[in-house]
Amino acid sequence: MSDGMLKVRGLKIGATVYPPGEKPHDIDIVHGVSFDLEQGKVLGLIGESGAGKSTIGLAAMAYGRGGVELTGGEVWVNGRDILQSSKGDLRSLRGGEVTYVSQSAAASFNPAKQIMEQVTEAAITHGKFSKAEAESRAVELFDKLGLPDPQNIGKRYPHQVSGGQLQRCMTALALCPEPDLVVFDEPTTALDVTTQIDVLMAIKDAIRETGVAALYITHDLAVVAQVSDDIMVLKMGEMVEYGTVDQIINAPKEEYTQALVSVRSIDHEEKAPAGVPVLKVENITARYKGTNFDVLKDINVELHAGQTLAVVGESGSGKSTLARVITGLLPQKGGNVHFAGRDLNPVMRTRPREDLRELQMIYQMADTAMNPRQTVGTIIGRPLEFYFGLRGAEKQKRIQELLDEIELGQGFQDRYPAELSGGQKQRVCIARALAAKPKLIICDEVTSALDPLVADGILKLLLDLQKREDVAYLFITHDLATVRAIADSIAVMYQGEVVRYGPKSEVLAPPFDDYTDLLLSSVPEMKLGWLESVIANRKMASAGN
Amino acid sequence: MMKNIPLTALVGLIITSLYFAAALLASWIAPYGMAEIVGDVWEPSSAEHLLGTDNIGRDLLTRMIYGGQTTIFIATMGTILSFVTGSSLGFLAAVLGGWADQLLSRTVDLIMAIPSLIMALVILAMVPVTVPVLILVMGFLDATRVFRLARSVAVDINVMDYVEAARLRGEGGAWVIFREILPNALSPLVAELGLRFIFMVLFISTLSFLGLGVQPPLADWGGIVKENKDGIVYGIGAALYPAIAIATLAISVNLVADWVLNRTTSLKGGRG
Repeated sequence: MSDGMLKVRGLKIGATVYPPGEKPHDIDIVHGVSFDLEQGKVLGLIGESGAGKSTIGLAAMAYGRGGVELTGGEVWVNGRDILQSSKGDLRSLRGGEVTYVSQSAAASFNPAKQIMEQVTEAAITHGKFSKAEAESRAVELFDKLGLPDPQNIGKRYPHQVSGGQLQRCMTALALCPEPDLVVFDEPTTALDVTTQIDVLMAIKDAIRETGVAALYITHDLAVVAQVSDDIMVLKMGEMVEYGTVDQIINAPKEEYTQALVSVRSIDHEEKAPAGVPVLKVENITARYKGTNFDVLKDINVELHAGQTLAVVGESGSGKSTLARVITGLLPQKGGNVHFAGRDLNPVMRTRPREDLRELQMIYQMADTAMNPRQTVGTIIGRPLEFYFGLRGAEKQKRIQELLDEIELGQGFQDRYPAELSGGQKQRVCIARALAAKPKLIICDEVTSALDPLVADGILKLLLDLQKREDVAYLFITHDLATVRAIADSIAVMYQGEVVRYGPKSEVLAPPFDDYTDLLLSSVPEMKLGWLESVIANRKMASAGN
Repeated sequence: MMKNIPLTALVGLIITSLYFAAALLASWIAPYGMAEIVGDVWEPSSAEHLLGTDNIGRDLLTRMIYGGQTTIFIATMGTILSFVTGSSLGFLAAVLGGWADQLLSRTVDLIMAIPSLIMALVILAMVPVTVPVLILVMGFLDATRVFRLARSVAVDINVMDYVEAARLRGEGGAWVIFREILPNALSPLVAELGLRFIFMVLFISTLSFLGLGVQPPLADWGGIVKENKDGIVYGIGAALYPAIAIATLAISVNLVADWVLNRTTSLKGGRG
């Protein structure tokens, strides 16, 4: 144990909170966490948001972000306690011995400088390499990470490479000064599933070949299972379980870990289409003002009452644009939207109130979908007042009914959105949509900003409500696991076109078209060696072609 | 809420309320009549005349109190006028967008291109200078600044999902402006309110000093400086009292505005 390169003992981290209307006070956000990491090993830190995993990751550089303070314990890096180190020592440690890969490479690169300059900067300022040496090492790393044209990609600016490539450049940046430890903070969370696979494989190979130790922070257990040797499960700043990948995935001891492992296992029986469809999208073509490029090309889909149509695709595939056309925010160039037996007017402003009422929308970011200055009661009460003219006690009663339906209960009416958790916020948004008694709710990535367990709860709630209220969902998502859990029929979109459409059982059964196959095989599975088997399959497929 | 009030805000609040109270109660607390000549020219301070007398022998404390009344009244009305017009037009421009926004914004740019003091001097040279005219001229000229701020804040809020949600619900423009946008634009507007009020005080004082503002015998702080400026040559400080009054009022109003700003931002959660 003593020759471990990173040794953390009883780490305590605190912060000062400023609750409105109360005196500021200190709280502990990490309560005495201990672990060891040896050279060449990868430790996965996993937990939901607020679990303290990023905070612990940054503590390995003796850094507290925002108002966070490292209040106790020991962090030993290469045999010295860095919490006791001088500022000068820390300077040589950060970016030299320990480096960091953040979630958003796009926000971390300076857009005005070439990639090469930024990748080599730390190595040169720390005096590890000369400029020429650092650049040749960077090219070597670009090559290892599978970036195209490794000789010249460094001459590009950050906006000239894709998101996945930029994330790999950031990994190169972290590995360039030959660090002993790299902290990966959700490096693939912001990427599409198909891109995520390549980046994961690149990171895994690079870790193995350079022999660094790594902390891999993520909320996705399936991802961490692919790259780590050990896993530590965290909850509210406390360690829940700590063991090898094999033990955590296949034999989790703690209840919380078991819940994380079995997440996304909602069973949903597919319903056969019956009767007249509530929504029928016919030959929809659309483009944004001032462009001459169709973002939607000849879209045809149907949705029956009380059922769910999942629209799946990567970012930029046009799935959110389809929602904008249906809601009338973006009038279509051609085609028709039939809704509840009538043609919808393309322009939202000219639609009768009844059309607006029956077609509700739930957004991805519940944070920005609710006015921060209105109480929950006002947010849910407004549609009641607006569509049904409910007032006073009658309105209060209905608000309480709706709150009960979304499982929030008493005492939430007078709260502001800032006083709710992420899952509760999304529930309030659902209640606001339900208040209008709609026939169709468009759900735009409603679970993708939430932690897996919370997202599961939201999906279960949506399914329950569908049974009770007979409401149809148009469910936009990039997450195929969510689709399996909720859909009756599926439309797979790629570059503005529906490439595959039908009942869930057909769409998710072979034979697949190339794109659906790629999409399906890219969803991380909670088993060891999955990443290698996918990559091996792809290599075989491309060799076969 | 009141028990958490910080010391700076408390000081600001006390001084500001003193000024406003003095302005409201002027006719009761002023020791003499406003235009009453009660002594010699530029008498030093004494038990009868706490601040001495002015250039024609009127009690300076009385003049200061009545002057404060005029100055604060005009500045307050002007600020209210500029905020009501400026922010409603600014919000309207942001919500309507397109040609309406262009028309309003370019008109405002045009007015702002002319220095407001010169613009005010030109207008006031043409029309009879009365208190309502002063308020209108200053209010509308200042509304351009408020318009710019309100519009830029509202443009950001207008693209939030909750505004889109309100539109999808079928809400009209009034609901969107007053219930969705206004409450969220309040913090920057309140901060600006303190600042603009002080600019109004300075503006009216400047106009009076130049002789185009409040007309004698009515007292106002700028006018008092003008009347007594010659005394400075003889070492008489009568002209300095209005300056001190303007400075302390400016600081204390902004201390209060800062505190209000802090309080309202903490209600907003993350944003702000």
